[in-house]
Amino acid sequence: MNSLITAFTTNAAEAPLANAAAEAGSDVGSPLANIAIFVVFVGVTLFFVIRASKNNNTAADYYAGGRSFSGTQNGTAIAGDYLSAASFLGIVGAIAVYGYDGFLYSIGFLVAWLIALLLVAELMRNTGKFTMADVLSFRLRQQPVRIAAAISTLAVCLFYLLAQMAGAGALVSLLLGIDSGVGQSLIIAVVGALMIFYVFIGGMKGTTWVQIIKATLLIIGSAVMTIWVLALYGFNFSELLGAAVENTGEEALLEPGLQYGADLFTKLDFMSLGIALVLGTAALPHVLIRFYTVPTAKDARKSVVVAIALIGAFYLFTLVLGYGAAALLDTETILAAPGGQNSAAPLLAYELGGTLLLGFIAAVAFATILAVVAGLTITASASFAHDVYAQVIKKGKLDSAGEVKAARMTVIVVGILAILGGIGAQGQNVAFLVALAFAVAASANLPTILYSLFWKRFTTRGALWSMYGGLSSALLLIAFSPVVWGRDTSFFPDVDLAIYPLTNPGLVSIPLAFLLGWIGSLTSKVAEDPAKQAEMEIRSLTGVGAEKATEH
Amino acid sequence: MTHVNAPHAGPVDYREVQQREDFKELRKTHRSFVFPMTAFFLLWYIAFVIAAAFFPDFMAIKVWGNINLGLILGLAQFLTTFLITGLYVWFTNSKLDPKSSAIRLELEARGAGLPEEEKH
Repeated sequence: MNSLITAFTTNAAEAPLANAAAEAGSDVGSPLANIAIFVVFVGVTLFFVIRASKNNNTAADYYAGGRSFSGTQNGTAIAGDYLSAASFLGIVGAIAVYGYDGFLYSIGFLVAWLIALLLVAELMRNTGKFTMADVLSFRLRQQPVRIAAAISTLAVCLFYLLAQMAGAGALVSLLLGIDSGVGQSLIIAVVGALMIFYVFIGGMKGTTWVQIIKATLLIIGSAVMTIWVLALYGFNFSELLGAAVENTGEEALLEPGLQYGADLFTKLDFMSLGIALVLGTAALPHVLIRFYTVPTAKDARKSVVVAIALIGAFYLFTLVLGYGAAALLDTETILAAPGGQNSAAPLLAYELGGTLLLGFIAAVAFATILAVVAGLTITASASFAHDVYAQVIKKGKLDSAGEVKAARMTVIVVGILAILGGIGAQGQNVAFLVALAFAVAASANLPTILYSLFWKRFTTRGALWSMYGGLSSALLLIAFSPVVWGRDTSFFPDVDLAIYPLTNPGLVSIPLAFLLGWIGSLTSKVAEDPAKQAEMEIRSLTGVGAEKATEH
Repeated sequence: MTHVNAPHAGPVDYREVQQREDFKELRKTHRSFVFPMTAFFLLWYIAFVIAAAFFPDFMAIKVWGNINLGLILGLAQFLTTFLITGLYVWFTNSKLDPKSSAIRLELEARGAGLPEEEKH
């Protein structure tokens, strides 16, 4: 059961790499080739970042890329933001080792985008300017709602960022053969410094280009591998599945249950995770901020359509790659490699295309971490500089240049925190942090987003109860869960204070946050301004003003 | 810079617009598509997850070669996601956009709009 839970959370981040990775360097491929290809990627992206930096004077330039991206570009960048190394390495590995249950996981990640498409993207684009808090505080009391929204934005970004940075060190040992603690810390610092430079100089424009390039490479790389694997089996998927079962000797590889099927709690845990993924995606602040980089709501719609196409195709590729790894590689080899199941995709690349393909895939995996942390950092800095500093501390009296300056300072602070956190989290089991970020987004953000957009009687009290209630219940449940207490992989394995039996809080915290928003609104004594509500509703549905705002 | 929630004492009375038939019609059109569609895909996804978690034997039924029911239903989730996306694009282009842009153009002609983005 312990190993099941570990594996269960492993998908969500690459952190467990940290544990296994320290043991041995990579003995396949050439670290030099991997580094060389990565350096080329850095060179190309630096070119775009520096080019983007020439026009970064206003807040709209810095946070929203001047709203100059097309729907297709933004959709590709969303895919780049969303397909973290966890998706790529984690899901391929999970399918290779646990079969169907790994596939199950990818479905939640895709279906989630329908919420963004149908309920969130266009309405948010029409109503806000830079951040989620712009929308949430539109018709409620500015200060308290903005602060609450900023706190939950920063919390989600921080959890996600820590998991990514901790994963970076582990990935390095897997792909470059650097296995000393100092070496890994050094690499985390390099990745962090590079990220600070990208975001500081390039702002949202630079970040977006990094994500577009990375998404393109990732999808091309995995498409090539997918066709390669299918060609080996005469483009007969059923035959590939048969070979996977035969090679692993695991009859149950094609059916659910290998990973989540142990007992009632693992099943409920999976349901909790599935619900958090589906409801959390559309409320992730670094996803929401991307909707402001396009000029119109129609482009926001196009962004999500492109993102769904790319993400959907990508997860179909991972299905083939996962079973391909099961069919072509030895499960023991995968699990014994540094990084365990996360090494399935790189090992498969080596099996198929040797050093060169492995180097390409390794560089893409790096680029992925870089792009995702850059996206998180620009989001966190926009939230702090725009919501907390400019609107709350300076009461909206800060000019645009001052706001950009504050955002750049925040980038440096967030970057340094991420580097220190990443170094500190090495070897710790922080995989749960990504799943937690989704659960917090689904509980603290989504109810308030939906209520503000669709429910006339929603009030400030409802928003605050829902956001703080959702955030704190998710954190409290995790604090008293097996993630922290009583299991081999817990922070305190010897003491069992786990009152909450699941490792994901979503099943409880999400309904609770919806309930709190409803009760808080019904019990409010202060009525909200109906004129503001009317304005928000009309703007959200028609886009009045929002599209003209960038014409100059 | 201008405050995000700038005073709405503009040329347009939003409460009056909110009560107009054409706006109510727009809202109704929007909601009568997105709400049922959201309910549908959420229920279908949850049913699928429950089937995978609690009825693995059902999902293991072989349909063709090594392809079992679980795989087919999983791929069907992809298919419905793509279909709903396509349906929504068709719906917004043909039904929603004409209604919303009519109101938007009218209000913007009357001078409604966001507070101007910061100039420098």
